[in-house]
Amino acid sequence: MKKYFHSVRLLPDRCKGCVSCIKRCPTEAIRIRSGKAKIIESRCIDCGECIRRCSNHAKSAITDSIEDLSRFRYNIALPAPTLYAQFGADTPIEAILCGLKKLGFDAVFEVARGAEFVSRAIREYLAKGGYCRPAISSACPAVVRLIQVNFPELIDHLVPFAAPVEVAAKLARELARRREGLNPSDIGVWFITPCPAKMTAVRQPLGAEQSHISGAIAISKIYGDLLKSLPTEPADPACPRATHLGVGWAVSGGEASTLAPIHSLVIDEIHRVSEALDQVALGKLKHVDYIEALACAGGCIGGPLTVENRYVAEERMQHRAQGKQPVPVEDEMLEAVYRDVVDDGRLAIEPQPVMRMDDDIYQAISKVEVMEKTLGRLPGLDCGSCGSPSCKALAEDIAQGIASETDCVFKLREKVRDLAQEMVSLAEKLPPSLNK
Amino acid sequence: MKPETGIMIEFPLTGSDFEKAGEASSKIKRVLQQIGIRPEIIRRIAISAYEAELNVIIHAFRGVIRANIQPDCTTVSVEDEGPGIPNIELAMKEGYSTAPDHIREMGFGAGMGLPNMARCADEFSIQSKVGEGTQIVMTIRH
Ligand code: SF4
Ligand code: SF4
Repeated sequence: MKKYFHSVRLLPDRCKGCVSCIKRCPTEAIRIRSGKAKIIESRCIDCGECIRRCSNHAKSAITDSIEDLSRFRYNIALPAPTLYAQFGADTPIEAILCGLKKLGFDAVFEVARGAEFVSRAIREYLAKGGYCRPAISSACPAVVRLIQVNFPELIDHLVPFAAPVEVAAKLARELARRREGLNPSDIGVWFITPCPAKMTAVRQPLGAEQSHISGAIAISKIYGDLLKSLPTEPADPACPRATHLGVGWAVSGGEASTLAPIHSLVIDEIHRVSEALDQVALGKLKHVDYIEALACAGGCIGGPLTVENRYVAEERMQHRAQGKQPVPVEDEMLEAVYRDVVDDGRLAIEPQPVMRMDDDIYQAISKVEVMEKTLGRLPGLDCGSCGSPSCKALAEDIAQGIASETDCVFKLREKVRDLAQEMVSLAEKLPPSLNK
Repeated sequence: MKPETGIMIEFPLTGSDFEKAGEASSKIKRVLQQIGIRPEIIRRIAISAYEAELNVIIHAFRGVIRANIQPDCTTVSVEDEGPGIPNIELAMKEGYSTAPDHIREMGFGAGMGLPNMARCADEFSIQSKVGEGTQIVMTIRH
């Protein structure tokens, strides 16, 4: 069995075994067992829905922290554009970048820069034609995993480029290596992340063999320290600065807007993405060139590890977009690395057919039969009390041998009633010796 | 292996019940995924089942859709009680549709149904009697 790393974890002490999370999980990856939620790792896509849902805060995301910087001689911060939306528009981006340096990073490289390069690569890719229509963005790792798990037939639709953060990591590493003459093993590259999905993508990369990122630090974790480190004087972060074309990727629709004039569709929120992908699988959206799909409502600014409310964040980003933009600087070295990234950054994404009930097709068919028959006997109330998200999922679990029919409270009650009736009728019977 | 290794699932369909449109085919798709059929094949079966399901909902009074899933192939069949198709050859042409305007306005019935189904299936057969109904049988090899 393949080992999965997941950033999203359960804190068992806090879990009350309520059924909020199992109902919302888009891949039905959670079960309640012995009063605690358990995540079926092969199914989890790290979308963070369960983190949002749990009112007991029993779900959390494993990320790295500032202390981990000590593992490397030279550390680079890769701030997600979403980080900028955590601060009012009167805090210039330069100040945020300088604040990161004060926290201990030797350099910063904006992920938005990576996004600009990825936009360009996608534009070229679409202009060439000959791709599976509609092409689907590969920027949100939760969406890519959703496709691997539930829509393997759509893998060919994903654009074959790494997400902006990977591209940014590669560029930042190359710059540090060439300009500072550093040994690659001395460079730590840290993503300041809005979501657990990106954290998982670092440890368990999608497509690329090894990630160029050393670790990921949650925006929510670094926010407090960063707020205190913001410089009051205007300062120069001395790094290649991104324009709003890259920064805009933080908000849903930002990516697609850099690809105009193509015909694109923007979908956010993981359940809606799932619905839309159903339609793509039916061949109904062939007229669309490009689909930007993001797991979080509102895009990355709605990520589960952010601090600011999504609408506040969105308004701030609009504000920033209207402000003065840095002049894009031509950088020969970046250009050269960009070509490498585009040429060998091709992603080969493998399907992960976790839905299948058995490797052997005959076994699988008989399990499906058991499942169908069982489902017919269940009440169809989808109450979740059995610990599975729906009657259908319980039927599946029963067929897989990991649950039993009496896990259903209604079935249990029926059984108890039958037993009680039997007891009554047994009690009425007398041995022949006493029977007059 | 004997044919009884397979599994048969069946769903009743009601004409004009657009709220349920797509339910049967997505259920069929899920079962195929659970059995572990290859994704490209699932896609073809899902599309043919969806088109067939919608045809009944758009044109007929009622019908039934069945998927017979065998280890080596799946057969999707639909039978309906409805107006039937007077000219099958014409109906098999891309872009030809007999869907009434109010249904086309809902975005259904663009006339891709039958040709789309025939394109997805390895074997395709259709029989229809005007005033009685239509039967379609499609087989897709795994
Ligand atoms: S992170 Fe998403 S996929 Fe994983 S268990 Fe939570 S809700 Fe399910
Ligand atoms: S939309 Fe952005 S923040 Fe949300 S899961 Fe995807 S990449 Fe992460």
